[in-house]
Amino acid sequence: MNIWNLLLSAIVTTLLGFIIGVTYMGIRRKIVALAQNRYGPPIYQNFLDILKFWSKESNIYHGVMHHLAPLWMIAMAITILLIVPTQYGSKFFENLSFNGDLILILYLMPFGQLGMALGVGQTGNPNSAIGVTRGLSLLVGSEIPFIMALIAVMIQYHTTSVTDLVRIQQEHHTWIMFSSPFAFLAALCVLPAMFHAGPYEVIIAPAELASGPMSEFGGKYLGTMMSAGSIFMFAKLTLFVDVFMGGSTNWLWLIVKTFTVYLFVIAVGIIMPRLRTEQAIRRLWGWPLVFAILAFIQVALF
Amino acid sequence: MNRAFNDRESQKILDIIKNFARKNSLFILAYGTGCGAIEIPPTITSRYDAERFGIRGAATPRQADVLLITGYLSVKTLKRVIRAYEQMQDPKYVMGFGSCTINGGMYWDSYNTIKQLDKYIPVDVYINGCMPRPEAVIAGFVKLQQLIQQGKALGWKHYKENLEWYRQNQQKVIKNWRMPDYNW
Ligand code: SF4
Repeated sequence: MNIWNLLLSAIVTTLLGFIIGVTYMGIRRKIVALAQNRYGPPIYQNFLDILKFWSKESNIYHGVMHHLAPLWMIAMAITILLIVPTQYGSKFFENLSFNGDLILILYLMPFGQLGMALGVGQTGNPNSAIGVTRGLSLLVGSEIPFIMALIAVMIQYHTTSVTDLVRIQQEHHTWIMFSSPFAFLAALCVLPAMFHAGPYEVIIAPAELASGPMSEFGGKYLGTMMSAGSIFMFAKLTLFVDVFMGGSTNWLWLIVKTFTVYLFVIAVGIIMPRLRTEQAIRRLWGWPLVFAILAFIQVALF
Repeated sequence: MNRAFNDRESQKILDIIKNFARKNSLFILAYGTGCGAIEIPPTITSRYDAERFGIRGAATPRQADVLLITGYLSVKTLKRVIRAYEQMQDPKYVMGFGSCTINGGMYWDSYNTIKQLDKYIPVDVYINGCMPRPEAVIAGFVKLQQLIQQGKALGWKHYKENLEWYRQNQQKVIKNWRMPDYNW
């Protein structure tokens, strides 16, 4: 595998991730609008938003960290997208998937948020600081059940490699969501919190925090952050599908699966009202943690 | 090679694309000053659904494209409006709602409101009425979109070029002009 091939596949994967992620965001806005009895924006609206932010002519600059934070976010999003196996058995879309395992992915996932926290600190906006503290609290809340669920899966299948998990599922024609249902339930319950969607949007809360961490970012910075968010969202969906729903062997199947999961996130978001931080953490450490412990018991017994 | 990219024609095409994106994605910062603030919720919620046009509320001036001045402005509020306006990123647009922003309206002889918004910040589109209904507001947005597409909504450039004049006018009415130092 030569370097040009690798680069080409990385670029293609990133572009596809970007397009799919941004389209998902647009579809989400459309669905939310329909649920509120509106027509809503066209589904390509988010592309226009990003393009508009990129064609702004002035960009406020607060300092080096402020400048780096969006870059940090997008770098992390793309790295994770390249490490997560998107296509099982495809030589072209292999990317870095054999070099990284679940533990590395779990380690990289909070990096975007941490980089953002540093950048936000430099803007000096109090709303942003509150948003970041809320974000980090929610991170702790959602990571613990999620990591426990993944560890249960790792112990059960004696591997930490995502590619191996996908291979096992493809060869046995089963999905881990059926063979270890408790781990799946635990991960599913914390999924909305990992997307900062649904009842867990207390971080950006536009009406009370003025969009929290993003409040001092405008122009190209915000455009980059929106792109990073979309790519990261698609990477997380792909990871979820890979671990619990058997991965996929072509893009169409991947889109069907990831969109089904995303539909769940959207539906929860439409139905549930926003939780306060402590309520959110109590909820995240409630049933999801019970499910995660049940997953461990299942691993130990069977 | 280099000349092909700096060519006027390619710049024109680029401008068309940029203006198309700008026009179809307007993030509004609704500065609810007067009675007009009450017309914003129906405009952006289910009944009139401004999101169809890509119009969406922005939480902070940094993210916003359009500043809505919804009604009369007291001198005290004007100071905040100027700050909010200057924190927005170019290109930025201003919409004035109602007769109060055009000529003072029924607050014409009030002791603490300004009469003509145009003197203090550049206004791209006025919507008349007292108060304009959501239909009129959306018509105003469509007008603004046309101006953006034609590249005529250049209030922000005008403000930068004539900053002296605007500052004079602003300082004439704002007696305790003590603005903090901030970069735009
Ligand atoms: S124009 Fe009429 S409705 Fe609008 S702020 Fe003035 S008095 Fe109120």
